Amino acid sequence: MMMALWQAFVVSTHNLLPWFDGVIATVLIILIKAFALIMPLMLVVAYFTYAERKMIGYMQLRIGPNRVGPRGWLQPIADALKLMTKEIIFPSKANIYLFLLAPVLAIAPAIAVWAVIPFAEGIFVVDLDVSLLYVLAIGSIGVYGIILAGWASNSKYPLLGALRSASLLVSYEIVIGFALVTVVMIAGSVNLNTIVEAQRGGILHWYWLPLLPMMIIFFISALVETNRAPFDVVEGESEIVGGTHVEYSGMTFAIFFLAEYANMILMAVLAVLLFFGGWHSPFMGIPYLEFMFSWVPGIVWLLAKSSFFMFLYLWVRATFPRFRYDQIMRLSWKVFLPITIIWIFVVALMTQLKLGVWFG
Amino acid sequence: MLANYLPIMVFIFLGIAFGIGPMLIGHLLGPSKPDEEKNSQFECGFPAFDDSRMHFNVRYYLVAILFILFDLEVAFFFPWAVVQSDLGWFGFVGMSIFLFLLVVGFIFEWKNGALEWE
Repeated sequence: MMMALWQAFVVSTHNLLPWFDGVIATVLIILIKAFALIMPLMLVVAYFTYAERKMIGYMQLRIGPNRVGPRGWLQPIADALKLMTKEIIFPSKANIYLFLLAPVLAIAPAIAVWAVIPFAEGIFVVDLDVSLLYVLAIGSIGVYGIILAGWASNSKYPLLGALRSASLLVSYEIVIGFALVTVVMIAGSVNLNTIVEAQRGGILHWYWLPLLPMMIIFFISALVETNRAPFDVVEGESEIVGGTHVEYSGMTFAIFFLAEYANMILMAVLAVLLFFGGWHSPFMGIPYLEFMFSWVPGIVWLLAKSSFFMFLYLWVRATFPRFRYDQIMRLSWKVFLPITIIWIFVVALMTQLKLGVWFG
Repeated sequence: MLANYLPIMVFIFLGIAFGIGPMLIGHLLGPSKPDEEKNSQFECGFPAFDDSRMHFNVRYYLVAILFILFDLEVAFFFPWAVVQSDLGWFGFVGMSIFLFLLVVGFIFEWKNGALEWE
């Protein structure tokens, strides 16, 4: 029905305007899909900041923002408007082109990575065969943004922040890479759709159970990759006054902020897709409950599970004090890396021996 | 097949637009009153007395080198991981040897203190 209408629209427009052909129509439909994805994403980012302030407020026995609109609901909008009307300062010593390139390099991968994320059965922009590799590859471009920002600012604190973040991000990228290898080994595919389908079933069929250590490592590494507390030494406002963001003001800072939160949401969704069965209902296979919840569409499950992970980010931030830098590096190289290497071996052995309930 | 990558190109361009657009908006809407104090680099209240292109700890460089090494290993692991259940024991033994070499190198780095941060 929809497709037929679309075809009719394309043909009639082509008759009216000869330059409107198949390619432009395809690009148009991609653009529509992209905006249908990015606009809600931006809204989620905006209200995630609100949720963060509100929830951490309650956790610390405050009430959080409550002045703008009823219960502070319009706070993110007000923040956005404020940032838009702030002056963008160009530090006189900075390399101005690199200085302005850095935010773009931070946000472009944060948005581009969403192209391959499936949200439910058949709801995705593109079903790439190598989507997980694409996520890893594009995700690691984000580190350039931070390094460039620190370097181009030509100031001391940003440089320290950039150095810290560069070695932190690359260390944990290895850990995440190894953790994902175990997922790929069991699922037998790097396609996110296939990985989720391989977990079809109830809560006990998802990969969090057979890969529990990897799941925990992935979540902690995701905290580091997105510069979240308790691993936020990159910003470390009490040590290096904000790290790479020191010289950025107004919208240039807002873009970094946007990219960071988009990455947080991405990591939450990725954790759900890889370890928590994506859009599958947790009650699948349980006699009575399965029927009771069968009306819930898959995307609702995915969003609910992702929201839980996003809540975990906030909970962790309100709970733990910041790690020292050498402790974080030690955690990555001396704890996580050996564990992941051993687990790759274990999982390979289990698959070969067809051991365990969940393998083979 | 290649048409699959068209949406990705569109997304990358959209991402770049999302970077440039807000900066343009901010530049147009915001005031622009630069002065010497405001545009100087951030320091704790006094003028900077040193260039910020300073020396930094060599460990950061070491981590970068190690990263290249290990990230390459990860890149080798992915294709193997996809087909490892079909490869059987041949693939398992082959990758075990590879993993063993990796672990030997890793232990070497550890014992040499490349991972120390004190």
